[in-house]
Amino acid sequence: MPTLPRSALLIAPLIGFTVLTYLVPFLGILRWSVTLPEPGLGQYQTALSDPLVLSVFLRTLRICAVVTLTAVSAAYMITLLWVRGSPAQRLAVELCILIPFWISVLTRAFGWLALLSNKGILNTWMQSLGILSEPLTMVRNEFGVVVGMVHFLIPFAAFPLASAMRAVDERALLAARGMGAGRARVFGQIFVPMTASGILGAALVVFVFALGFFVTPAILGGGRSVMAAELIYLRIFQSPDWGLGAAVSVILMLAVGAMLALLMRRVRPGRPQ
Amino acid sequence: MRKIKAAEIGAEAIGKSFGSFAALTDISLTIGRGEFVTLLGPSGSGKTTFLMILAGFEAATTGRLTLDGHDLTNTPAEARAFGMVFQGYALFPHMTVEQNIAFPLKVQGRTDSDIKRRVGEMVEMVGLGGHSHKRPSGLSGGQQQRVALARALVYDPPVLLLDEPFSALDKNLRGQMQDEVKRLHRELGTTFVFVTHDQSEALALSSRVAIFDKGTLQQIAPPKEVYERPANRFVAEFLGDINILNISDVSVTPDGAQASFEGQSLRIAGMPGTPSRVLAVRPEYMSLCLTRPDTGNAIAATLRDLTYLGAETQLSLASAGQVPLVLSVPTAALPTGLTIGASVWAAWPPDRGIFL
Ligand SMILES: Nc1ncnc2c1ncn2[C@@H]1O[C@H](COP(=O)(O)OP(=O)(O)OP(=O)(O)O)[C@@H](O)[C@H]1O
Ligand SMILES: [Mg+2]
Repeated sequence: MPTLPRSALLIAPLIGFTVLTYLVPFLGILRWSVTLPEPGLGQYQTALSDPLVLSVFLRTLRICAVVTLTAVSAAYMITLLWVRGSPAQRLAVELCILIPFWISVLTRAFGWLALLSNKGILNTWMQSLGILSEPLTMVRNEFGVVVGMVHFLIPFAAFPLASAMRAVDERALLAARGMGAGRARVFGQIFVPMTASGILGAALVVFVFALGFFVTPAILGGGRSVMAAELIYLRIFQSPDWGLGAAVSVILMLAVGAMLALLMRRVRPGRPQ
Repeated sequence: MRKIKAAEIGAEAIGKSFGSFAALTDISLTIGRGEFVTLLGPSGSGKTTFLMILAGFEAATTGRLTLDGHDLTNTPAEARAFGMVFQGYALFPHMTVEQNIAFPLKVQGRTDSDIKRRVGEMVEMVGLGGHSHKRPSGLSGGQQQRVALARALVYDPPVLLLDEPFSALDKNLRGQMQDEVKRLHRELGTTFVFVTHDQSEALALSSRVAIFDKGTLQQIAPPKEVYERPANRFVAEFLGDINILNISDVSVTPDGAQASFEGQSLRIAGMPGTPSRVLAVRPEYMSLCLTRPDTGNAIAATLRDLTYLGAETQLSLASAGQVPLVLSVPTAALPTGLTIGASVWAAWPPDRGIFL
């Protein structure tokens, strides 16, 4: 193992870059949040009592919870096929996970817009088939936001899940079957609990990412389902209320930091197999 | 102690191919109720494959399996519900010792009080009292092994399959676990099928030993018989050292057979196997003489090496025709004043030679 000063020297450029591009601006934000428009904690008080800001926080939490639940469950099924499926299934899953992974978040959001909007592909098609008489509103609301975010986040859940599933000892599953357990029981009582650490890791990763989502909610929410990141943007760039924007940023940052600390705690002692 | 209704398993002409590779060919055997059969053979001889077919985790390519005379060939593993102890234990890491052992009972839908009682009994039986709330990761190898055994035995399976269960244990623990398995078998009366590639383990534990080589069954017989009456040269050589003599002029006599080796006339009594040109003698049945003994068989030889092993001394000899011989002689019975290069006689009783 290299000694500390030496390794510190090697990663010094990275540290310098991070300090310059993240820490300095963040300290600026921190200053704004307690000095604008006047010194004090007034903006935090506003942020935590203003019904509008609170409703954005609540919506953010709600959307993140729904997205986490949906993305992790969907990713679990997909990863199951990826890790334990036939070679053809594996290839199909790899393509379905990796190709979207390479496409920019903006492109994907517009793609969903084209698919789900009132005059979009899905509505036109269902109307022409006579399944629907009125277009179904699937964007400019939370549904659209959730769909877009889930789609974006599935790959991030798939990777920790795959590593947990690959670590499962095949013989434990055989042993359970040998004791008379059927497929459902082997899956529910042996396989899923044995991948619990992966599920937790995936959930934390997805939740933390979801908290700071901006592009997807902005496009698919259409200004109606404003989430925390978009609120910050609006406060800083549209209504010149920098102090409040900064305070919301700091609160979001603290929330993400707390989640990450939890994640690190889970990951560091080594997964229990 | 509760007794289990043990089952009889039959295998008829079982074959298993992986692609074009034949892992098992034409295995036929019957394992009786309450028997303890060991599958013994070199690495890759098909022992695990055969066990997996018995358990139902692999399907045989050809042949038929029976349980108490009923066809079992297409019964899925979960319906057979044989107890199985895998190499490497295969415990459930997210469950405590107690929960691991309780799992098969839960599958059977037993009542909570019944489960609690049985698990308690089992934990005591394998000596894990005080560890029942630990997870497998908090147990030593031997303790994990016991959990695996308890988990496989707790639900009274008609057959218990064990695949090299002790291979990861040190010698002491191994001996301890062997005693334990032997005791459990005696007390429970379940049919045991035990895989090992340790020949002394096989001889020590089983009522019969099945010897596998390259996917074929070479012999299945009680330990004493496979050791003293091996069916062929592979079995003879696999179960410890043996001297192989290429004999000539073999003729059958009223009380056995007669043959000659390097000009010495040999007698074979008791007809062990059909007369052939190969005679085999275990090292411990050969004794060392300084002069030609009056009775029994003897070959003139030269002492090449002498290895002191405590209670026994191993002697390496070469016959006049340079055939290597190995003798295992009690150290106490060794003549004094032996030197390397000395001319000696290797002698054995006529009823200790085996035709191969
Ligand atoms: N799934 C498989 N696919 C292809 N070949 C296999 C498979 N399983 C086993 N074999 C082959 O079948 C042969 C027998 O394997 P098996 O595991 O039964 O041996 P074994 O007697 O248990 O050996 P060991 O003592 O090393 O455990 C080996 O040559 C092995 O390579
Ligand atoms: Mg094996």
